[in-house]
Amino acid sequence: MRQAVFAVVSICSGFLLASCQGVLDPQGPIAAAERLLLINSTAIMLVVVVPVIVATLAFAWWYRASNTHATRSLDESYEGRVEFVVWSIPALTVILLGGVIWIGSHQLDPRAPIQGKSDPVRVDVVALDWKWLFIYPDHGVASVNQLVIPAGAPVEFRLTSATVMNSFFVPQLGSQIYAMGGMITHLHLLADNPGEYPGFSANYSGDGFSWMRFVVKSVSPGDFNAWLEQARSTGSGLDDAGYAELAKPSRDVSPTTYRSIEPKLFERILDKTTTGSGNADIGGPAPPIHHAGG
Amino acid sequence: MLGKLTWSAIPFAEPLPLLSGAVVGIVILTILGTVTVKGWWPYLWREWLTSVDHKRIGVMYLTLGLVMLLRGFSDAIMMRTQQAIAIGSAQGYLPPEHYNQIFSAHGTIMIFFVAMPLVIGLMNFAVPLQLGVRDVAFSVLNSVSFWLTATGALLVNLSLVIGVFSRASWWGYPPLSELAFSPDVGVDYYLWSLQISGIGTLLTGVNFVTTILKLRAPGMTYFRMPVFCWTALASNMLIVAAFPVLTATFMMLLLDRYLGMHFFTNDGGGNQMMYANLFWAWGHPEVYILILPAFGVFSEVVATFCGKGLFSYRSMVWATLAICVLSFMVWLHHFFTMGAGADVNAFFGIMSSIIAVPTGVKVFNWLFTMFRGRIVFTTPMLFAVGFIVTFVTGGLTGVLLAVPPVDFVVHNSAFLVAHFHHVIIGGVVFGVLAGINYWFPKAFGFTLDERFGHASFWCWIIGFYLAFMPLYQLGLMGMTRRLQHIPDPSWRPLLLVAEIGTIVIFCGILCQVAQLYVSIRTREQRRDLTGDPWNARTLEWSTTSPPPAYNFAVLPKVESIDAFWQMRRTGRIPMKPAYEAIELPRNSPAGFVTAFFATIMGFSLIWHIWWLAILNFVAAIIVVLIAGWSIEREHEISAAEVEQMERATA
Repeated sequence: MRQAVFAVVSICSGFLLASCQGVLDPQGPIAAAERLLLINSTAIMLVVVVPVIVATLAFAWWYRASNTHATRSLDESYEGRVEFVVWSIPALTVILLGGVIWIGSHQLDPRAPIQGKSDPVRVDVVALDWKWLFIYPDHGVASVNQLVIPAGAPVEFRLTSATVMNSFFVPQLGSQIYAMGGMITHLHLLADNPGEYPGFSANYSGDGFSWMRFVVKSVSPGDFNAWLEQARSTGSGLDDAGYAELAKPSRDVSPTTYRSIEPKLFERILDKTTTGSGNADIGGPAPPIHHAGG
Repeated sequence: MLGKLTWSAIPFAEPLPLLSGAVVGIVILTILGTVTVKGWWPYLWREWLTSVDHKRIGVMYLTLGLVMLLRGFSDAIMMRTQQAIAIGSAQGYLPPEHYNQIFSAHGTIMIFFVAMPLVIGLMNFAVPLQLGVRDVAFSVLNSVSFWLTATGALLVNLSLVIGVFSRASWWGYPPLSELAFSPDVGVDYYLWSLQISGIGTLLTGVNFVTTILKLRAPGMTYFRMPVFCWTALASNMLIVAAFPVLTATFMMLLLDRYLGMHFFTNDGGGNQMMYANLFWAWGHPEVYILILPAFGVFSEVVATFCGKGLFSYRSMVWATLAICVLSFMVWLHHFFTMGAGADVNAFFGIMSSIIAVPTGVKVFNWLFTMFRGRIVFTTPMLFAVGFIVTFVTGGLTGVLLAVPPVDFVVHNSAFLVAHFHHVIIGGVVFGVLAGINYWFPKAFGFTLDERFGHASFWCWIIGFYLAFMPLYQLGLMGMTRRLQHIPDPSWRPLLLVAEIGTIVIFCGILCQVAQLYVSIRTREQRRDLTGDPWNARTLEWSTTSPPPAYNFAVLPKVESIDAFWQMRRTGRIPMKPAYEAIELPRNSPAGFVTAFFATIMGFSLIWHIWWLAILNFVAAIIVVLIAGWSIEREHEISAAEVEQMERATA
């Protein structure tokens, strides 16, 4: 018996420990605010939900047919005051939550820039089958399946997809956003401290989807510059031929860097997506690029 | 001649689909063989396949739903097992090409060919009886609806053996579902089976809205209708409004795939965001198409087994209608992460959480119905209590997902998977199981075994919590949905718990099979001779169990809500009714034959066998037209015959 209890306790605590990762272990202001919102909203609703559950079980138990002590009034099927309370409780809860939603949505709009300790870093993200291409337009380098960012600096993402719809998500940094062909979405994130955080596609994109993962390496500003130097001095450049090769479907791709990029690579990928590979045999002039959302 | 169809469509090299296909094939052949050997075909043809009796059609819908539940559930077990094994360096036993078909099929089947037929089956069986009428408005159309749904189910299962099923998930989001990324026939199986069954569902909607608005027993005003009829009305109005959107959306995707158009492609000016909007403009009302009738079942069950009228009937009705309207204003919460502005996201977030108000009112009303009642814990009532306790937390996580910034971190995660299973199993499935246990004696004249019923309830609810609570946690830990391979070994314990939960649910299903078997074996002891085994309140219990083909020898006169309860109280059940001749619709093979042609048409379209598709399309239309123009659609039962039949059962 004691062993069984011990086993249950250790399993439960194991779960609790294990749960301190991902969304529940935020490493940046956006993720922290979102976790807080998650906890607050849950708490607001539990105020109503817990009494309802307790009352349901209590009523079910007390008013069971075999209970001779229970007072019953089988003809009563309406009571105005109760009715008022019945509509008020959920309505008040939702009014409160509505305020939380309105304020939260505006404060945590993925497009809103974040204040940081240092200058923002721009990264253009391209979802490919089935890996992520990160282009640093201001630094002239690119990487695949690893995103190196300086800790404490806001990161401005522009995202698109050269293939099907994907969703760019780093749980410990917060907000995910779709990456869609022919369109640009915007996202702002920030990592507080150096560390390594897993990222992945959160929108199913075909057979290699499970391996469409990357690592975010948040490093000190000095290390970031060192990484840029290293990236510029090793590997190959990302020219048109190199990109065409990279864009071919592949899975479980190990992280690599490119020493240089073609000018306007991100914009050209957008153009290519809208004129190329949609329905293979039918070409045409490039339509204007859509910006997702308003 | 045969389009894209060649021998290579049959997966000879892959043991798993071939084996499961073979097993299904053997089962079907055994059933068909038995029916042939025993000479049951004439009976089946006469009494079931061509029947236009709403009760029979309801039972056939429920049977279809339960059979497909087994298929959808075996998909679930395969997925759970894959996720429990394929962790870290292990690759599991299902390669992505199979796994992706399985989760796509699981979602498609569970929504369209399990939940929908089960809910529509209950409505078919109970609504006309509750309204105190003899049939639905369009009897033959009802049969066509059912058989078109069966066609869709058949096509989905055919993809097991011939060709492949879609690997583009049950949403079929483009551009993944476009020809460029899904060139095989999988998406075509998905689209055509849902197009054909969708027509059936739309016709059901038209039929039931008409029935409820135009055919009610004398004296049954709108505010005397049982709550289940109200929820059925709301649900069918949603079907009529929402299903054409799905059909049009799929048609656009089909035009992209078949004629090279660019509605949703990356190139040529297509816009994939439009598909997401249109799909969920159907998809969110669909959630309420399923859950509202379940709410209706619980309203009936709670009132009956508490021995009390439903607390605040009117607010229950208004809450139902409020949900019906609101359900069309929330679709964007399925893709807050698409990059819309804060105003748009906030608007849809608030609209979504507003739905919690009428839903909360319903929960409180059930609660106050239990308050000071005399609660008899039959299987349906157990499911009702299990539902309330489960559903409020499912609603809680739903409102969490409606807070856009929270959705940004749990969207598309295992948390979301847990949430919608939470409300679909805890709401729709529990509702349907409660409904089946509740109305079974009415349909077949004997009650279901309570011991196995209780056992199945406990397995379902415990299994549900074991299977899906870990997924909430996994979602927060960063596990996204639709993973064929699990990257993080620390998730293993939770995935194992989820797997165990699935097995416990499977025990619940086994208990239900046992319940059915035992009940049929001992049916003589469990006959319901009164017509009202539960001491219930609504009109379906005022006729015999099972009801005669004409439901009511004399149409009941309704004077209040809970009409049957009122009749018994005031002793107004006429002892010597004045019988009149009854007109009933004749059996019609139109539904079965139309679906036969529609099946071949769907199959030929999937495989690009154009001549066969055109031929069968024309044939199906001709059958419908012939049925539509036939004059002798009714047959009359004379007053003397009615009296004789009534005496025999009395």
